[in-house]
Amino acid sequence: MSIEPASVEEVTAGLRAVGYLPGESTALVSYLAAKLGKPVLVEGPAGVGKTELAKALAKYLDRELVRLQCYEGLDEAKALYEWNYRKQLLRIQAEASDTGWDSVQEDIFGEEFLLRRPLMTAIASERPVVLLIDEIDKTDQEFEAMLLELLSDFQISIPELGRIDARTQPVVLLTSNNSRELTEALKRRCLYLWVDYPDAAHELEIVRLHTPELSATVADKLIEIVHEVRELDLKKPPSIAESIDWARALLLLGADDLDGQVFRDTMSVIVKHRTDLELVAARVGVRLGGAGAPNGAARTIPTR
Amino acid sequence: MAPPERSPLADRGPRGLDAELIGFAEQLRAESLSIGTSELLDAFAALREVSWADPQLFREALATTLAKSPDDRRIFELVFARYFFRAAERQAAAHDVVEGAGFEGADQIDLDQLRQQIAQALQEGADGQMQDLARMAIAAFGDRGDGSGVIGVDVQRIRRQLGLKSEPQPEFPEDDPRHDGIPREELRKFEQQLRRELERALIERTRRLPPSRPLSELDRSLPGGPIQDLAAVHKVVLQLKRRLATQGHETKGHRRHAHVDVRRTMRASLETGGVPVVLKYRPKRPRRPEIFVLCDISTSVASASVFFLSVLHALHDSFRKLRSFVFIERISEVTEVFERERDFQAASVAISRDAGVADVSGYTDYGRVWSEFLTEVEDDLHPRATVIVLGDARTNGRPPRDDLFAAVAAKAGRTFWLNPEPRLYWNYGDSVIAAYARHCIAFECWTTSQLEDFVKALTGPASDLPR
Repeated sequence: MSIEPASVEEVTAGLRAVGYLPGESTALVSYLAAKLGKPVLVEGPAGVGKTELAKALAKYLDRELVRLQCYEGLDEAKALYEWNYRKQLLRIQAEASDTGWDSVQEDIFGEEFLLRRPLMTAIASERPVVLLIDEIDKTDQEFEAMLLELLSDFQISIPELGRIDARTQPVVLLTSNNSRELTEALKRRCLYLWVDYPDAAHELEIVRLHTPELSATVADKLIEIVHEVRELDLKKPPSIAESIDWARALLLLGADDLDGQVFRDTMSVIVKHRTDLELVAARVGVRLGGAGAPNGAARTIPTR
Repeated sequence: MAPPERSPLADRGPRGLDAELIGFAEQLRAESLSIGTSELLDAFAALREVSWADPQLFREALATTLAKSPDDRRIFELVFARYFFRAAERQAAAHDVVEGAGFEGADQIDLDQLRQQIAQALQEGADGQMQDLARMAIAAFGDRGDGSGVIGVDVQRIRRQLGLKSEPQPEFPEDDPRHDGIPREELRKFEQQLRRELERALIERTRRLPPSRPLSELDRSLPGGPIQDLAAVHKVVLQLKRRLATQGHETKGHRRHAHVDVRRTMRASLETGGVPVVLKYRPKRPRRPEIFVLCDISTSVASASVFFLSVLHALHDSFRKLRSFVFIERISEVTEVFERERDFQAASVAISRDAGVADVSGYTDYGRVWSEFLTEVEDDLHPRATVIVLGDARTNGRPPRDDLFAAVAAKAGRTFWLNPEPRLYWNYGDSVIAAYARHCIAFECWTTSQLEDFVKALTGPASDLPR
């Protein structure tokens, strides 16, 4: 059965155990979310582990993860529920003409004909779940407004069926890349968590956790470079996920030192815009020195 | 809202935590955070779940329930530090608790060694020692008396005497920690600590709290100034692009209904013997105005120029009919540059190289700009055209020639002026924005949110504009 955390330290330890190293506020907010039953709005730059947090929480709390990926134009039919129109039609045909309208109407608007979408699934689940509403900022304001009822009271109103209340209290996480300001009403109902790029020591720990075989010197240098690159004015600064990818790539290549040559060969793992590549090659690549002209910037990882 | 210091709770001796928290929320509200009762209830609920003994947990629990955006969080940190520092000091003053002010035998401190020590600690980022170091510095350099009475001045004096600078100081020997400069962030923390220690000393001397001031605009704005924060600008410009791309498709309410095109309906009705069976509607076309942009790139708006140019660049991607000009003393059309260069960096380099807009002085000459603009595009201006001027309206004492500008505005359908200076400085010195604002709609535009307001006005229907 699912776990009820009793203290912030427990949450920290639990999340660590499933491979997620939370910052102090992350652990605290996760704990409060489970305790107070309030949804959490997680914001931060792309790739700092907002979605990973939800996955880790689900794993730690031993709950199922229900995920709703948001996009522009997402509507109730895809998020909440939909009537199974074909099945309804078949039912009407099967009942044919001898039944009255009233009884058919009662029949075809039953739970049997309801197609559950993620939000409905999360609400109606027998066991408590973790509900992840990913990239909420991609949806329109109308959809946000629709979420309000769900987030504050954990219930959904279906005109034909009436109100459906949550059987269990889900832990709800909403993530946002901050590409648009969310409404006050939504924020009011949520706890707020800002996840930023971790400091060097913390990120080193994360990278070491995911690639324990990587030598300490390379890992140290890798983190130092990633932080240096983040300082530059880039279109897309490298995320934690990308530092981990880079560490894996270096491991795969068997690099025992991170010099200028290796950096230029593999930097496309962390920097993914042409203009960014040039900037990073000019600033960081030159500092690292080593053989190879800066025009090696656009090269990709050699395949083995 | 009454200032919290004079609220009736303030003088009733020791207050409970709940009263302190409500006072704290009141101060946050005074700094324009929107905190509702529901948020306060959440904060209390959260505090029930965590241990208060851990200052980190206490602060985070409050932050997660009260501050709900990165900006709010910044203000929260500032107010939190100030409010609870004052609350603690008020209690200390009430109970006559005095911390050991400074050190015994401050005279015996070796000043040079202390300088080294402090610089070393800051270089290494030893946050834990910050308080002790600040006290030592005050004891050694703080005049052992009242100082100048103005805390800000004292802080800077002590910092100077310690020889702490963020830029490298090559006059020191290699092994001196000050040689490469002190990390800016550490220096800021140290100054904050100094300020706090000086304040505490002052409170202990006078036995009362100095009046609290609201956070100044400078404290609140992002470090480095809003316009210089290129990342934020890029973000707004990106949104701007998205909004412009979907513009005109999301009309709501009665505007969604099309108008009947009488002419075409009558024509169609001929098929049915003059009875209008089929209604023909006027096609709905999103507003895609023809835009003329004039951008000042002189030195007086240097910091805003980059910002303006990136806005210009974004507009180019979204409007097909856009002609852009840059000017200082003369005007130069750069439409082609932007069409050729998809990359912003390259475009701005090309502009500064090829435009040739500075003549002799390098100061903006608006009169000449208007006359050149008129001769160049007068025939192309029409009532559906929009003219946008980006500039600070500082004429450097030259005639503003607002009559020419009025002629431009009269020919064009709409005219906007974006001024990168805060409204406070408008019409001060050689700024003549008032003369121009009579003929156009002027926006102050030095934060990204103001830019968003402008974009709304630009892409929105004409009737919504403040005139």
